[in-house]
Amino acid sequence: MNLFCVGLSHHTANVEMRERFAAGAGAERTLRTAGCAEALVLATCNRVEVYGASERRVSTDEIAQSLLQHSEASNHGHNNALPFYRYEAEKCIQHLFRVASGLDSMVVGETEILGQTKRAYQCARASGAVGPWLHRLFQRAFRVAKQVRTHTEITRGSVSVGSVAVDLAQKIFGELDDCKVLVLGAGETSERTARALISRGVTDLRVSNRSIDRGQELAQRVGGKAVPFDEWPQQCREIDILITSTSSEAPLLSRANLEPTLANRIDRPLFIIDIAVPRDVDPAVNDIEGVYLYDIDALRSVAEQSLAVRRQQIASAEAIIAEHVSDFLAKISNELNRVSCLTGHERVADDSLHASQL
Amino acid sequence: MTCGSRICDVGFAIRGMSPSIAKQGARSYSGLLRVDRFLLIVSTICFFAAVVRTGLALRAGVFRPGRFNFLAIGLGFVFQTAFLSIRGHALGRYPLTNLFEVFNFLAWSVALIYLLVGPAYRLSLMGGFTAPLVVLLQGLALIAPIDVHHPVKLPANSSLEFHASVSLVAYGAFALACIAGVMYLVQERQLKTHQLHSIFYHLPPLTDLFTAIIRLLWLGFILYSIGIASGFFTGRPLPHLQIVAAIAVWLLYAAILQSRYFRRIAPKRVAALCIIGFSAALTLLWGITFSAQTHPLP
Repeated sequence: MNLFCVGLSHHTANVEMRERFAAGAGAERTLRTAGCAEALVLATCNRVEVYGASERRVSTDEIAQSLLQHSEASNHGHNNALPFYRYEAEKCIQHLFRVASGLDSMVVGETEILGQTKRAYQCARASGAVGPWLHRLFQRAFRVAKQVRTHTEITRGSVSVGSVAVDLAQKIFGELDDCKVLVLGAGETSERTARALISRGVTDLRVSNRSIDRGQELAQRVGGKAVPFDEWPQQCREIDILITSTSSEAPLLSRANLEPTLANRIDRPLFIIDIAVPRDVDPAVNDIEGVYLYDIDALRSVAEQSLAVRRQQIASAEAIIAEHVSDFLAKISNELNRVSCLTGHERVADDSLHASQL
Repeated sequence: MTCGSRICDVGFAIRGMSPSIAKQGARSYSGLLRVDRFLLIVSTICFFAAVVRTGLALRAGVFRPGRFNFLAIGLGFVFQTAFLSIRGHALGRYPLTNLFEVFNFLAWSVALIYLLVGPAYRLSLMGGFTAPLVVLLQGLALIAPIDVHHPVKLPANSSLEFHASVSLVAYGAFALACIAGVMYLVQERQLKTHQLHSIFYHLPPLTDLFTAIIRLLWLGFILYSIGIASGFFTGRPLPHLQIVAAIAVWLLYAAILQSRYFRRIAPKRVAALCIIGFSAALTLLWGITFSAQTHPLP
């Protein structure tokens, strides 16, 4: 049995190319007609991959054709130099384990890929395209991904400005359900950050903008309420999180005007996310007790620290994967030998297993 | 007050017995002491394992608040309990007769409160902070020549024992509040300076830590109040200096809680005061036990 993976990803193909081969439903059936005993298509925004098991070698071109048949963009013509990679046997197993663990992702350690892989597996299984080989392979891949996440820090921290801000808010306040948030300025980044906070449980969101119409628009979009711009300083008495992104040339908030406002809320921290350039908040505000100020550079720096830590963890993750690859191969080789003994065939040598039997 | 009226009062002479029986009793007592010391060493090793594990994990940047620390501390607690139980059995009363036993009882209280409070507030990393304190207390008790036996055995005094043990459990709660305070300050510092180290991702949110600090302070304060009140009903004279010192510690914690209640001080200061308060309480405890050993009451 040949176990293989054919695909293209953000490493090898641009988004247009990936879109061309992003196969819809039914691709697995076509792949089986093309000669695959088992087939699974993993199509995400960053990759389109086919995992298959077949008695005879199914060429990369045949697989590409099968994908094109089910792609919405199939009428765009066929390029001769396709950026597909192909992994067989051991390399295929290793590749899937790396993909499921997030090592092959654009953002190392992202966890969305595991959910996408699980969904692809469930779809293929429901359509009957997954047999014992791919079943075992994918089940092991899920186990490996879980182990990598548990035993390394590959998923630690956040690597985008918005998610860093939300993570920090959770490190200060814990649950965000009771937090009151004020968005100052109706920019795109502040909207994204506000949405991220809402997704983590924030329900009380206020928007204040110089142009009241834009403020109301944003408030409507995110399910908050608009506050007149001249009232925002009073809001600082009540709120827990302030997101500022106005186009003001001079700082709107200084230590001198914030300190009296905070006098009556000494027991509650205030988290300020200043994503404006030039900054809306004087850096000296961070010196006030209970105030945590993060400007865009600080948020980026935290994101970079997280990414650096994730990169440091790659070696540990690779070691876990290598261990599982050898173990998986050994188990399959034992099984094949057992089947060979029962059917009276010659024992399968490990080397030949890697090359041809698998 | 705590140990003030001869908590450290028991020797192992067994009064009212014939010399041969007393000799036999003394032999079995010293045998028990060897066993209990062994249990204490095993317990300290368990806590030390938790310290090493946390240290290595944090250094490697892969700390996971898994089961190991909780199990190591739980096992250490079992051996601590066995140690105190054997001691108590040998003495025929609560094992609070010298500084050695007081330190160990305090370490036991710290572990007990951690095991009760840690999982409830998901303060898993607190185990990593608790274990060093226990190792310090037990290590000091094992190394320093403070396991002094008094030549004369005084009859057991249940109200004195109640006073001492409740006060020491209160100290355990204050110790945990102090540890939570250290965790709070570490977390706060990292958030302020924007330098987020590995430990940052494993520490609980600031507000959760602060809630835990306040609850531990209340628990300790209530127990300490009971301990102080019961100290007046021990039927023994109370040294004035110790009363003043104990009330000073009580007032300090009362002031912290009162300021918090009226929202007069910031959480960071409460955390810092927890550390100061516990240091003061520990100094007082040492002072009381030391003075009781060096100047026993008639």
